[in-house]
Amino acid sequence: MASTIFEKHSPGRKGYTLPDNDVDIKLENCIPTEFSRKEDARLPEVSELDVMRHFLELAQMNHCIEKGFYPLGSCTMKYNPKINETLARNHSFNNLHPFQDENSVQGALEILYDLQEALAEISGFAKVTLQPVAGAHGEFTGLKVMKAYHDSKGHANKKKIILPDSAHGTNPASVVLAGFEVVEIKSNDKGLVDIDDLRAHVDENTAGFMLTNPNTLGLFETQVEEISEIVHSVDGLMYMDGANFNAILGIVKPGEMGFDIMHYNLHKTFATPHGGGGPGSGPIGVRTDLAKFLPTPMIDKYDEKYFLDYSHEETSLGKVHSFFGNFAVNLRAYIYIKMLGTKGLRRISENAVINANYIQKKLEKYYDIPYKDQYCMHEFVASGVWQKEKYGISTLDIAKRILDKGFHAPTIYFPLIVPEAMMIEPTETESMETLDDFITAMIDIAKECEEHPELLTGAPQNTPVKRVDDTLAVRQLNVKFEW
Amino acid sequence: MPYISNTDKERKEMLATIGVSKFDDLLVNIPNKFLLQKDCCLEHAYSELEISRQISRLASKNISSAQANSFLGGGIYDHFIPAAIDHVLLKPEFHSAYTPYQAEVSQGTLQYIYEYQTMICDLTGMEISNAGMYDGASAAAEAILMATRKTKKLKAVLAGTINPLYLEVIKTYTVGVGIELVIVPTKNGLIDLDELKNAVDDETSCVLLQTPNFFGNIENAFAVEEITHSTKKALFIVAVDPISLAVINAPSEYKADIVVGEGQALGNAQNFGGPLFGFLAANLKLSRTMPGRIVGATLDADGKRSYALTLQAREQHIRRAKATSNICSNQALCNLAATVYMTLMGRAGLKEAATQSTTKAHYLAEKISKLEGFELAFTAPFFKEFTINTPKPAKDIINEMRSKNIFPGIDLKQFGHENMLLIAVTEKKRKCDLDELVKSLQEVYNG
Repeated sequence: MASTIFEKHSPGRKGYTLPDNDVDIKLENCIPTEFSRKEDARLPEVSELDVMRHFLELAQMNHCIEKGFYPLGSCTMKYNPKINETLARNHSFNNLHPFQDENSVQGALEILYDLQEALAEISGFAKVTLQPVAGAHGEFTGLKVMKAYHDSKGHANKKKIILPDSAHGTNPASVVLAGFEVVEIKSNDKGLVDIDDLRAHVDENTAGFMLTNPNTLGLFETQVEEISEIVHSVDGLMYMDGANFNAILGIVKPGEMGFDIMHYNLHKTFATPHGGGGPGSGPIGVRTDLAKFLPTPMIDKYDEKYFLDYSHEETSLGKVHSFFGNFAVNLRAYIYIKMLGTKGLRRISENAVINANYIQKKLEKYYDIPYKDQYCMHEFVASGVWQKEKYGISTLDIAKRILDKGFHAPTIYFPLIVPEAMMIEPTETESMETLDDFITAMIDIAKECEEHPELLTGAPQNTPVKRVDDTLAVRQLNVKFEW
Repeated sequence: MPYISNTDKERKEMLATIGVSKFDDLLVNIPNKFLLQKDCCLEHAYSELEISRQISRLASKNISSAQANSFLGGGIYDHFIPAAIDHVLLKPEFHSAYTPYQAEVSQGTLQYIYEYQTMICDLTGMEISNAGMYDGASAAAEAILMATRKTKKLKAVLAGTINPLYLEVIKTYTVGVGIELVIVPTKNGLIDLDELKNAVDDETSCVLLQTPNFFGNIENAFAVEEITHSTKKALFIVAVDPISLAVINAPSEYKADIVVGEGQALGNAQNFGGPLFGFLAANLKLSRTMPGRIVGATLDADGKRSYALTLQAREQHIRRAKATSNICSNQALCNLAATVYMTLMGRAGLKEAATQSTTKAHYLAEKISKLEGFELAFTAPFFKEFTINTPKPAKDIINEMRSKNIFPGIDLKQFGHENMLLIAVTEKKRKCDLDELVKSLQEVYNG
């Protein structure tokens, strides 16, 4: 286990250089004593080499895409092209200040404008804002669009947002944050929205419906048209959670399937790095009549000149971020989309879907796959119930054993409607050999459950640390190092 | 097709294994009417060479602060960034990993977040920090929501001197959930303490102060704290510039309950305003109302020190509609940059950066105040940023300096202040850069 950087502290050691101060003014003459800090802030004193060794040591304890397969369902852990990193580091982009005047940032605005247009085209929406910086941030923004829409029509009663029980946890949390109430409906025995239950819950108070399509089981919601008719019949709006957009690029457009609002996860579908949890980007697209509610400013173009458009300030929901969203992330997505082109776009989803079905097919004898009578889209959900019932091995044990085999584990215990769930998403960038290696490992694990259960209950053994006690982390809360 | 491994031959083999003859057979669940009949209208696929040329072409349409003498701030600052930071950020183990849900293969991420939390606590003097928020503005908004949850009161009192962009984001987060915002008027570039006294009462959930405030002025946080805590429940939220904390009071000195701020200045490039990251720290008694991820130290099965996400019962993936926030990610790589930055700079380096920023700002302010036609807008003490009154619209000054590649500051007219320029100085400025601005301002006046 690596010691903390604070344990490497040696007073007087330096990891930086700065030029001498060439103005002759004393700090004491600038800041009154009463506002001066009493004791120096404690930060470690280490050399640059200490720092580089420390962070290399930490890095080596992480799994990552370059290290191996990362089938974390719903997260689309595809390869992040290196050219994006090189180009995003161009000084003429990363040294731009957001308060510069428009004339000096035309290149940046052109990129944002083109990205808005490309996302709109790919998804079938009229207008896109790039301001939200994460998927959940996009959900919040989309729900605020719904709020602004209903407010504009005087629908004070429309307080309820309906979502299926298979929805991501962010959906209900965003609903509450945006000032709505959550109504959860059931999925049917095919893993899809239960239309009867939807009808039973839709009424004049329904503000909208949030749906992930394909849903979190990796299944395409076949009845999407009927669903949107039901929701639209009470003037509710259809929101698409775009977490699974990687399944349908160039195959269908959400804007043509009855959805009114959608968020994109550029860090999933458009290959920007996940970064250990961000920064991502969660733009939203809307149909034409909802554009006036989007955050200010929009990026627009007039006569070959790009500008920040505040013209809809009166109707806008306001701002969700200080500036224009995560520009440097959006720049990477722009590069990626340019490199895909028309043909590449569809090719991504084809390969993502083939890869997922291939694993599903090859594992169906070894794990319970509740919806295996249907083809999945870009991911599928297996269940550890057989192993649980026969050998008392939990999905958590299986996940930890997968780590031992050199892979990242799937998303586990989600969606909530599948017991002992393992949500597996291979993405298009993985090769058949990698998938075969993973399949072999999963089959071996299924056998180990029967023959050597201790390998599972004692897993992981081959990782930088053994199984981590996360209840202890709550019981004896220790959130900063005492030094 | 770049980045896809499988060849056509392998695709065929896989389709055969699945039991279909062609890809479209897998799409049986999608109603025919929705299947696209024609391709999306994008361009041809660019090669690496072509996209590199395209990006160079677009880059040349920008003028960056690396090419200019920039005095722009307003929350985003051009502080020095040690080269080593980027080498850490580019390590794929940090770069292409995700949320550390599987702790055993994510100790690197978990440990640096723990170290980040420790440093934010050391800087602010607070007891607990989360792993980061989207930006300073959303961190301020979520702090107000925290105070609302904790106090069950719906009136939030905000200094009129906070960054107006924060205010806009706060409005978006608080409208529609029943929170009333009361903005305290400004007096001489500071919060009006008499007005604050009138604004707070026992129904107040919190007072939000920014110091240094939007105009660059250092507020009397001690006085604001006293007024805030004279009410029954109100929490004192303060938004700070992290660099300033090397030389200005730690928020614990004036008994802040929640501390937020924009973290970009800590080792992150300006990037046209994003990605940024917000920090949020508080007293331990508020831990269960905090938004976002928190990492805790624990033990593994061998009893070795290790780290895991903790207090997850607050979060959306467990609590769903009852979560403290919908936030799911932090801005991990930006937090990592900040962690490496604080580590490299250390106690002395951060103080040096803060000191040089302050003294250079004061040198510049003094020179400008002696120019005919210009004066400092306020007499309050300031840190690295200050406001001046200009003899003509600030926009004209900005335009006139464009040809010299000088960005003299932010035109405050967009925030309702005519003929005012907000000028920021960091340690990167040399005396000659400051003198160049002074000379140019004089020329603008002389016309």
